[in-house]
Amino acid sequence: MLDLRLYLLQRLSALILAPMVLGHIAVMIYAVQGGLTAGEILGRTQGSLFWALFYGNFVFVVAVHAAIGLRVVAHEWLGLRGRGLTALGWGAFWVLLVLGMNAVWAVSVP
Amino acid sequence: MNARTKEMQVSVWRGTAAGGRYETFAVPEQENQTILDVVTWIQQYADPSLTYRFACRVGMCGSCAMMVNGTPRWTCRTHVKKVVRNGAVRIGPLRNLPVIKDLAADMDPFFDKWTAAEGRHHPGISRADPVQQIAPDNPGRVVANAGIECINCGVCYAACDTVAGNPDYLGPAALQRAWTVLNDVKDTGGQTVLDAVSGTGGCHNCHSIGSCTTCCPNELDPLAAIAGLKRETTRAYLRGRRDA
Repeated sequence: MLDLRLYLLQRLSALILAPMVLGHIAVMIYAVQGGLTAGEILGRTQGSLFWALFYGNFVFVVAVHAAIGLRVVAHEWLGLRGRGLTALGWGAFWVLLVLGMNAVWAVSVP
Repeated sequence: MNARTKEMQVSVWRGTAAGGRYETFAVPEQENQTILDVVTWIQQYADPSLTYRFACRVGMCGSCAMMVNGTPRWTCRTHVKKVVRNGAVRIGPLRNLPVIKDLAADMDPFFDKWTAAEGRHHPGISRADPVQQIAPDNPGRVVANAGIECINCGVCYAACDTVAGNPDYLGPAALQRAWTVLNDVKDTGGQTVLDAVSGTGGCHNCHSIGSCTTCCPNELDPLAAIAGLKRETTRAYLRGRRDA
């Protein structure tokens, strides 16, 4: 249930995701190893354009990539097709985007 | 039957598209025996109503493919000794295709997809033109040669888990044919083929599991052919956007 455009979108999003995931893991390890408190982490992220852009992009690319993947799984495993499949794809995209952006907003805006 | 003749237990699918079940037959073992021999023995000596399909018996025609212990195989080229487990074998109709009766699968969807993938020659010259000279080492010809020996047996199609989950998917055989046609220097249907394999059931649905290549009795590589189609459709799409 993937046509050429969805296929390209998923590959391109994967290409962007790969280094971002590594960056995200590195940040988590740094935060845990250093014993940073939540307040100290927020002190670094709030008001930082860099972290807002990093995680804003991360969330957007995740929403695109995961929604297309879920669409394939829903078609192949649940037999969903047509409008139902389109609705599920867009639904997954918006849910991930809104929830993710909400979190980015919370840690970025002072 | 000689009392000393050893027997194996052969479970054979009996039924139609409406449903069915496995029926077990005791079949005498031979020193040299193929799965097709076993099926033929059952029809000739145990149950003449058993339906199955075969033609050449030597791995040329691709008619006798069936599921043997869950794996699609040419039954005429599968020795019993290679697949028998604890004196038992299970034989069923090809997976991913409707059953006509017993071991005979309906190949219509398979060939319909072959057509849908534009797996036919798109001529660029007429009989009035001189014959094109194509060097054997021409790169396109070399790639086309790699897939030209497909005999449409349906083994790769039955092996494909993506077809099982997505009935619209064109499948490895049709896509490999499209890749062969695309690389054929004499063929002029390039963009037509690329469009045909770029739809919702096209090559981009392949998960690269590789069962097609693993199971192909002719040792062809549909997985590589599909990867080639993914590359070429992407290139053509990006080129089109640049030109626009």
